[in-house]
Amino acid sequence: MKIAQISSVLILSASMALAASVQAQDVTGAGASFPAPVYSKWADAYNKATGARINYQSVGSGAGLKQIRAKTVDFGASDMPLTDEELAKDGLVQFPTVIGGVVPVVNIKGIQPGQIKLTGQLLGDIYLGKIAKWNDPALTALNPGVPLPDEAIAVVRRADGSGTSFIFTNYLSKVNAEWKSKVGEGAAVNWPTGAGGKGNEGVSAFVQRLPGAIGYVEYAYAKQNKMSHVLMKNAAGVFVGPDDLNFKAAAAGADWSKTFYQVLTEQPGKESWPLTGATFILMHKSQDKPVQATNSLKFFDWAYGNGDKMAADLEYVTLPDSVKNLVRKQWGEIKDGAGKAVAFK
Amino acid sequence: MAATLPASPFPQAQDKPRTEPVGEPPVQRKASPWADIVFSALAHGAAWLVLLLLLGIIGSLLISAMPAIREYGLSFLWRSDWDPVKNQYGGLVMIYGTLMTSFIALLIAVPVSFGIALFLTELSPGWLRRPLGIAVELLAAVPSIVYGMWGLLVFGPILATYVQQPLQKLLHGVPYLSRLVEGAPVGIGIFSAGVILAIMIIPFIAAVMRDVFETTPAMLRESAYGLGSTTWEVVFRVVLPYTKAGVIGAVMLGLGRALGETMAITFVIGNMNQLDSPSLFAAANSITSALANEFAEAEEGLHQASLIYLGLILFFITFVVLALSKVLLSQLKKGEGSRT
Repeated sequence: MKIAQISSVLILSASMALAASVQAQDVTGAGASFPAPVYSKWADAYNKATGARINYQSVGSGAGLKQIRAKTVDFGASDMPLTDEELAKDGLVQFPTVIGGVVPVVNIKGIQPGQIKLTGQLLGDIYLGKIAKWNDPALTALNPGVPLPDEAIAVVRRADGSGTSFIFTNYLSKVNAEWKSKVGEGAAVNWPTGAGGKGNEGVSAFVQRLPGAIGYVEYAYAKQNKMSHVLMKNAAGVFVGPDDLNFKAAAAGADWSKTFYQVLTEQPGKESWPLTGATFILMHKSQDKPVQATNSLKFFDWAYGNGDKMAADLEYVTLPDSVKNLVRKQWGEIKDGAGKAVAFK
Repeated sequence: MAATLPASPFPQAQDKPRTEPVGEPPVQRKASPWADIVFSALAHGAAWLVLLLLLGIIGSLLISAMPAIREYGLSFLWRSDWDPVKNQYGGLVMIYGTLMTSFIALLIAVPVSFGIALFLTELSPGWLRRPLGIAVELLAAVPSIVYGMWGLLVFGPILATYVQQPLQKLLHGVPYLSRLVEGAPVGIGIFSAGVILAIMIIPFIAAVMRDVFETTPAMLRESAYGLGSTTWEVVFRVVLPYTKAGVIGAVMLGLGRALGETMAITFVIGNMNQLDSPSLFAAANSITSALANEFAEAEEGLHQASLIYLGLILFFITFVVLALSKVLLSQLKKGEGSRT
């Protein structure tokens, strides 16, 4: 309790301090920690280009949702898309910004990155605790010629609620029936086995320290730390590795035209990485503060236009242009108190 | 002669009778009666503020936890499922983890701290006393997250390779005992959390114990030695009985810290909400760790309320520990009164 109280007091005082220091025109957002690096970089570059300021607080998707519902921020950010019903209930609109992938990583002596192939079914069985050894017949049958040791599999997963876990469990629910009925999907679930690490850092520390470990982390994190990833079988039956192109393929395969509620796991397409997910921005449809709303949209429009390189530098994948244009069209739904669209021309 | 004598501090006094007051009487400022009243009000206020804060915290915890309390009542204490997807919560796993890790920590820390304190007060050569004492106190200044990372990166693997695996081999096939050490040898779990906690609370317990041991009057100790007691007898017959209240206080201080420790535990306990194995090396969870991990992303409603309910339970546990120690101390005092 202590920690929670202290942190909520800290967040409160921090946001109060922010509120006092920012000018009326400044835009405040809060939410998911996964896209925080790219939002900060965009905000910094945007500030240099236009002089406008965007404050983004990386407090976690759940907290971001709470804050946008309470209207304490101008936009919220979440790794989990809300369903259309949930959006309608709270009077929110959502749109995707960048795409990321979740990568299963392993630590087995003598195994190179990309040497092990897994299917969703097997990954689910490992996380259910049904496959407990690396030399299990199911694994060796899929990986002929790979020296899989007679070693216990140390399952590692996130201990804190996170969008990464959501993408991971959503995928397992799609491809493993037993996982769906026993565990289900969510930012935090009742994990049947394994040890929990806090954040990507915690999971990667566990995986790198524990012999025979398997875990899952954000793609950017796996790449920067040169972790040993596995190849996954996608919906088209092809084994693919995690790569910008494979994430983009997954995003392109989704039908964004009807709704932005798209979880990009197990998408069709030969090149699609099956554990892909977008991260989302949430805004109120009816704005009490139209100036801030316009400024927020200006910022995201600028980021769509100029931010691709910065995002790529940070190992994020940007949206296809077709999706960006759909998002821009949807911005027309955001209106001020008088019913006038706040979007700029 | 006169030159060697110091000059009189009262040069005028020499030609006057001594009863005459010298100089003006000191000016005494009369304190306004208001000052007293205001001061007393401030002091009262400060004291009441603490009580109000305590009540406020309990009140806000109770209100925020209400949805969970209404849903589960006391059965929350022995429900072991924690499933955010199905929205079902029970606190048994975390409560067990908190109590068990603290218990292991005390089991290790109390004898070791006792040894440290004993060595420092009775056995250590004089030149070693200060540096060793300072080293123990420095241990208390290490931030808990450092212990956590050390536990995860250094201690965990050592524990898994050199303790758990040999134990598993040794106890293979032995009923009951083999179950205590089962599980994948990953070096994180209840036992490593307990050991890390023990290392964290040793400096607290040892420092307080040393201080109270030093309060034993030298006369008592010397007399006992003079009567031919061994060091062992002096410590157990003289020093410990004299200082038992302080020693219990030291242990309770350590226990309080162990119960509330968060960051170090989060790193090494494994954060696993299942209670399917009696193994000491199985990943588990503690109340503080669950709160730290899940609070930020908890959805409003039952999940958040259940977490706050857990906080309330932790509050209650520490309160009970404190109350028990007070009761124990008062019992001891009574006992002392009757014996003398």
